[in-house]
Amino acid sequence: MILDSKVPGGPLADKWDRHRFESKLVNPANRRKYTVLIVGTGLAGASAASSLGELGYNVKSFCIHDSPRRAHSIAAQGGINAAKNYQNDGDSVQRLFYDTIKGGDYRSREANVFRLAQLSVNIIDQCVAQGVPFAREYGGLLDNRSFGGAQVSRTFYARGQTGQQLLLGAYQSMMRQVDRGTVAMFPNREMLDLVVVNGQARGIVCRNLITGALERHAGHAVLLCTGGYGTAYYLSTNAVNSNVTAAWRAHKRGAFFANPCYTQIHPTCIPVSGTHQSKLTLMSESLRNDGRVWVPRRPGDTRPPQQIPEEDRDYYLERKYPSFGNLVPRDVASRNAKVVCDEGRGVGESGLAVYLDFADAIKRLGPEVIRARYGNLFDMYRKITDEDPYAVPMRIYPAIHYTMGGLWVDYNLMTNVPGLHVLGEANFSDHGANRLGASALMQGLADGYFVIPYTLANYLGGTLLPAVAPDDDAFKEAEANVQSRIDAMLRVRGTETPRELHRRLGQLLWDDVGMSRNEAGLKHALEEIPRLRDQFWHNLSVPGEPNNLNKNLEYAGRVADYLEFAEVLALDALDRTESCGGHFREESQTPEGEALRDDAHFSYAAAWEFKGVGVRPELHKEPLNFEYVKPSQRSYQ
Amino acid sequence: MRITLRVWRQAGPNEPGRLVTYVADGVSPDMSFLEMLDVVNEGLIAKGTDPIAFDSDCREGICGTCGFMVDGIAHGPQRATTVCQLHMRSFRDGDTLTLEPWRARAFPVIKDLVVDRSAMDRIIQAGGYTSVNVGGAQDANAILIPKPIVEQAMDAAQCIQCGACVGACKNASAALFTSAKVSHLALLPQGQVERYTRVVRMVDRHDVEGFGSCSNEGECEAVCPKEISITNIARMNREYLKATLLRR
Repeated sequence: MILDSKVPGGPLADKWDRHRFESKLVNPANRRKYTVLIVGTGLAGASAASSLGELGYNVKSFCIHDSPRRAHSIAAQGGINAAKNYQNDGDSVQRLFYDTIKGGDYRSREANVFRLAQLSVNIIDQCVAQGVPFAREYGGLLDNRSFGGAQVSRTFYARGQTGQQLLLGAYQSMMRQVDRGTVAMFPNREMLDLVVVNGQARGIVCRNLITGALERHAGHAVLLCTGGYGTAYYLSTNAVNSNVTAAWRAHKRGAFFANPCYTQIHPTCIPVSGTHQSKLTLMSESLRNDGRVWVPRRPGDTRPPQQIPEEDRDYYLERKYPSFGNLVPRDVASRNAKVVCDEGRGVGESGLAVYLDFADAIKRLGPEVIRARYGNLFDMYRKITDEDPYAVPMRIYPAIHYTMGGLWVDYNLMTNVPGLHVLGEANFSDHGANRLGASALMQGLADGYFVIPYTLANYLGGTLLPAVAPDDDAFKEAEANVQSRIDAMLRVRGTETPRELHRRLGQLLWDDVGMSRNEAGLKHALEEIPRLRDQFWHNLSVPGEPNNLNKNLEYAGRVADYLEFAEVLALDALDRTESCGGHFREESQTPEGEALRDDAHFSYAAAWEFKGVGVRPELHKEPLNFEYVKPSQRSYQ
Repeated sequence: MRITLRVWRQAGPNEPGRLVTYVADGVSPDMSFLEMLDVVNEGLIAKGTDPIAFDSDCREGICGTCGFMVDGIAHGPQRATTVCQLHMRSFRDGDTLTLEPWRARAFPVIKDLVVDRSAMDRIIQAGGYTSVNVGGAQDANAILIPKPIVEQAMDAAQCIQCGACVGACKNASAALFTSAKVSHLALLPQGQVERYTRVVRMVDRHDVEGFGSCSNEGECEAVCPKEISITNIARMNREYLKATLLRR
């Protein structure tokens, strides 16, 4: 089956305008008759709930947290890109489009990325009107910085807490709609199944995490805004409650999962310190603007960093990439850190770290300038590691950070299941095989504020939607399905905790489906995952009751889904024998060891159709056509 | 390290609670406080006992999900630090620590160390926003804001809504939390249109939710992980006074 992306015709720059004009509308008086179920309250979910509420739809919003403001968008540090060209340095919609397509290693849809670049400017206007305190210059204008190796300064930021401030803007707008009565908020709810009636997504089943009660909610459309699947790897920069459950269960109800092998590994994280560790902490990429990355020249050199003289140090990024140096994109920086550690030149107790050294910058600029630029990051580093980065180099290592893959959606952000829309990180659409810094916030808000209000109206206005009720058979069947899974987990009464099983899965994925992948490793993972899943269902231990707050029961359900999802992740990585962006296949590299694409065979999005647990999913391809940008080999030398 | 914990265990909102003692052995100084609790919980699960319920999410001090009292101090002894960023090296081998939930009428206990903080969302719902719909915004640079003003607004906007200020306050007041949002928006040009209706509605909601009044103890500022200043409370009081005098 060839997937139809529903990209409108006409020149690239006119597609979105034309599509908006051709889309159906819903009369203002009729909007309140439509119920829209929105799962997740991060940037995508909160912005969608507020904008649809403003339009007058009857919105129900669900989140797993005790407050919608806690979604993990809040942890984004660096900033948000927009093609405002306020700095007069040559930026434009066209350039942001081009940078994003190239950064994604030519594995995204041109029309989506162009729309994203166009809408980026509206996002900044909207957020400033909401009162988001973006950084300013002394004249009162908005400040920008260059981020992630971009050659223009197009990143807007609010100290190191841009995600927090943008999320609060969206959250407050949503709470305003709660006050007006257009949005009903359901916190502490976890979506555990999608209800499909006559082929249309018409409802969800969720669990009240406080009382344990299962609830059925019916609506005219379902929007999943539930983030990425990085926590499948156990250790990641994601929040500990981030999970793949909602997306996975929608996948099991028919929605295709696209490009799961595209995972982003962030180069500047604080290294793992022991098995007790529950998560990894990201240090903003901006540190690479002034820090120099190095390891000892000789393997096994255990001298403290200050005692290693200049000639015994290898500033490997500067050596291999003279023109970009320490500012190479994330995927390149991460892979090179792994290479030097595999050579036995890693530092720290585990040998799984490289130095990020500010000594030269401090000598050149003085400690005060460094403190002004990175003070909060240095403090955070000191709190976690008990080392002073002003005196000794930081130790950093890559960690799973973001996932470009997700549920397959068309240009309207709708999956192949009519009525089921997916926004933000949960969909696969805009970042190709690698996301550029400061682009995640942009996509989440573009989807929620500016895309879905139009495309959802087009769907609702043009679709016959017969009445459904929560006591229809489809809802009862979905609830029974959820209940039987919960009962099954409580029945096992084995000896292993969900955390132990999760940790083992994470280690397996990190080793075999991590920064660098090969056929043997991926086949090994595909053999081990079903074994581990078997172990889960035979030896899981979940004490406590189903009918109250039971964090281990929640957690066990998520681990059960990771153990199913991991298989399609590894399979997709095995199937794509080329390297591209965050997906590096050792069999496909240039003589210099860089990722080598195979456009002749792999210029498509891989969308997998669920066929049963442990059964090979069916692959559907959406061909990617590049009319405006010519794919080329990325080079940062 | 060996740490003895006295933890508040309460099965549900209407159940009686009590302090239960647990011993955490083999604690590494590099563990965060919550990772230490994870390890204790793994041990409890292995014995088939209900683990200690506590809330957390980002574990990097920004989401505001975690928080409880450690020996009577909200988020524990380290200044400007959430309990997820507090590390065990802040304690000594052999220490005994008492863990309790935030205590406030407006924060009913759900289970163990988890409380219901939805009252804070309802305060935001009562006006903690600017009423601007998507689509109508002017160009972002058409609004000039002096840098010192936006920095001050940002200082207030950093609040993570963790509830430590309420837990630390002998009156269980959420004045610091409420004033942070009032200040953030009152300082900026975008917040002027609804400046006076906002403060009145938010303060009224604060009182309806059962939070106490501020009596200027300053305990909230001392424990705030984001170091939100109590000058915000003074600003909120001025705004409220002006609003009521002006009857806006």
